Amino acid sequence: MSIALPIVDHPQAAKDFVNNVPRSHWHDDSLWFVRTKRDRQAQSLPEWEYLRETASAIKRHTIANLPDYLQEFEANAIRMGAVVHWAADAAEHNEIVLGLLRKNKTHRIIKSKSMLTEECGLNEFLIDNGIDVVDTDLGERIVQLRGETPSHIVLPAIHIKKEEVGETFHQHLGTRKGEADPQVLTEAARGHLRGKFLEGEVGITGVNFGIAETGGIVVCTNEGNADLGVSLPRIHIACMGIEKLVPRFENLAVFTRLLARSATGQPITSYTSHFHGPRDENSELHIVLVDNGRSRIRDSDTFRDALNCIRCGACMNTCPVYRRSGGHSYQATVPGPIGSVLGPTKDMKAHKSLPYACSLCGSCTDVCPVKIPLHHQLLAWRSELVGKRLLAWNKRVGMKAASWLFRHPRLFFTAGYTARVALKYLPKSLTHNRLNEWAIDRDLPDPPKQSFRAWYAQNRNVAKPEQPE
Amino acid sequence: MNVALFVPCYIDQFFPDVAISTLELLESQGLSVAFPEMQTCCGQPMANTGCTADAAPVARQFVEMFSGYDAVVCPSGSCTSMIRNHYSEYFADDDQRFIKLRDSTFELCEFLVDRLGVRTIKGRFPHRVSVHSSCHGLRELRLGACSEQMVPRENKLRILLESLEGVEVVPISRQDECCGFGGTFAVTERETSVAMGVDRVQDHVQSGSEVLVAGDMSCLMHMQGLIRRREMPMQVMHIAEVLAGRPLPTKQTASAAR
Repeated sequence: MSIALPIVDHPQAAKDFVNNVPRSHWHDDSLWFVRTKRDRQAQSLPEWEYLRETASAIKRHTIANLPDYLQEFEANAIRMGAVVHWAADAAEHNEIVLGLLRKNKTHRIIKSKSMLTEECGLNEFLIDNGIDVVDTDLGERIVQLRGETPSHIVLPAIHIKKEEVGETFHQHLGTRKGEADPQVLTEAARGHLRGKFLEGEVGITGVNFGIAETGGIVVCTNEGNADLGVSLPRIHIACMGIEKLVPRFENLAVFTRLLARSATGQPITSYTSHFHGPRDENSELHIVLVDNGRSRIRDSDTFRDALNCIRCGACMNTCPVYRRSGGHSYQATVPGPIGSVLGPTKDMKAHKSLPYACSLCGSCTDVCPVKIPLHHQLLAWRSELVGKRLLAWNKRVGMKAASWLFRHPRLFFTAGYTARVALKYLPKSLTHNRLNEWAIDRDLPDPPKQSFRAWYAQNRNVAKPEQPE
Repeated sequence: MNVALFVPCYIDQFFPDVAISTLELLESQGLSVAFPEMQTCCGQPMANTGCTADAAPVARQFVEMFSGYDAVVCPSGSCTSMIRNHYSEYFADDDQRFIKLRDSTFELCEFLVDRLGVRTIKGRFPHRVSVHSSCHGLRELRLGACSEQMVPRENKLRILLESLEGVEVVPISRQDECCGFGGTFAVTERETSVAMGVDRVQDHVQSGSEVLVAGDMSCLMHMQGLIRRREMPMQVMHIAEVLAGRPLPTKQTASAAR
């Protein structure tokens, strides 16, 4: 079952953010700072490119053999005492989680950050069903209190200034009006969350890695909120995309070295927590394995490598479009380059503008720790969209006309000549009007006296010169 | 060596001096250079929009036109990458004519450094220069080391540029950030494209550079358009013009082109 999503118009959605120049620059600088931190970490490892290559090879191998590794993981997880659930899509995932909460008569849950639950819309679903959901990641808590969604997968509140956080906390947590000291605000959030942790009856986390060989899962956080969130309640529900597997325990070493360095420029996340079965005989560990479109991506030769993604967010930090247009302009759970690849796999029509929200600079491809050819996948999406007639009619016709012109050299030469003459003699008000999108913000080049080919005919060649010149 | 000059369509029509400079540079290396006169475009605008069916016949026409030369040289990293990295989908895997053309098509600086072994260009350019590393040349052709990858590489444009007498290459803060041209991206995502471009030019202005040099005229056309509209204190030049000994454009010479 799929519901038609509203169509995202990225240029339109980006307008306000981009045109607020001080804010756009502030956002750009914040993320560029993270990107340079990442560079310093990458530079400090002589084996950086080897790690990327190895990580990519492990992921490709895992995805190729996914059914086997999933069964191995399930068997080992059960052996360790976990309960494994399978969800084909978001709706099934949400029902499974709600079922577990109902069975245990739970009304309060504490959550650590999970992009999968964002993807499945779990929070809204649970709240609609009368469950009190508390996000315990600081950034997620900020966006939750503000009634927003994360704008970045690692830094959910990167679009919000500390003064605005102060205002939100003043309203919800009773901090002093005008408070903008990050230390004070963090302390306030800590105090507020501590109470929530103690009240929570079930802890929900995402999963960074599942290990087929051991049946264990690994959760990486910087705040330790996942650890606290699953240590206090009796029940831990871990929501995991099926692509999160690695075959062997030793493979983890490759990914933990890449993940935090790529994500935030730290050598390692503050907490890398391993869960092998429930913590004692009175506790429960539930692992919900979710497909939600991943098998479809796996079937595609063009887009399969997108399943390599370890959700580090490096492609967002480096993307010059993302940095200036902000995460919300993508109107997708996962924004930025990887989000623009994944969005259309869910609903091509709704996300048709995202593959075009890209200058094809290729920085994402080179920064990606698992070597997803992101900008080539975005290019591939464009031809899929054209094939499905999802490119605007005027652009399709424009490209047909250009193709035709380029196959008729003499007409192409004449068209170029006409354009040069028009640029030379027509008043600027005609050549630079609002209909010429290029020239709204940019001057057109000064038209030269003649084309290169005309010059060449006069100066190097005996052959016939370009006609009118 | 039998060399063909591949002149990108917009350079032919709007920046002929870039092509003339390229021709002069190649001739100064003692090469005889042909200009296949019916050439138009490599098809990149259609391909990058996703209109592969419209790009395909243009690609086939290109191969038709440029087969039979020992080397094809182009003063654009982006158009060269189109042939080298994106043409394969329009040809059969064993199409020998295409494979030969693909493997003998070079960007100008790459051709001079890698194919001819040139490390020095005779000439003077007594100016403070900053370099814009065009994305496709950098990340698709690997004409230099990019900041994302930890792979040391010679920068082919800079080897040649720095060999000129009197030139001073000044660093910018973000050495290889995109200028926001991106083909049709410049129009479909105008606001973001313009923001990226203005930021790039600002970076060059703050470096104290007099002239922004790049290997792709398309990036320069976009940034020059922004510079002129905003009257920013910066000039742009294609690397071919600098290497061929063209002087720094002044306001007078720029308007004399009219």
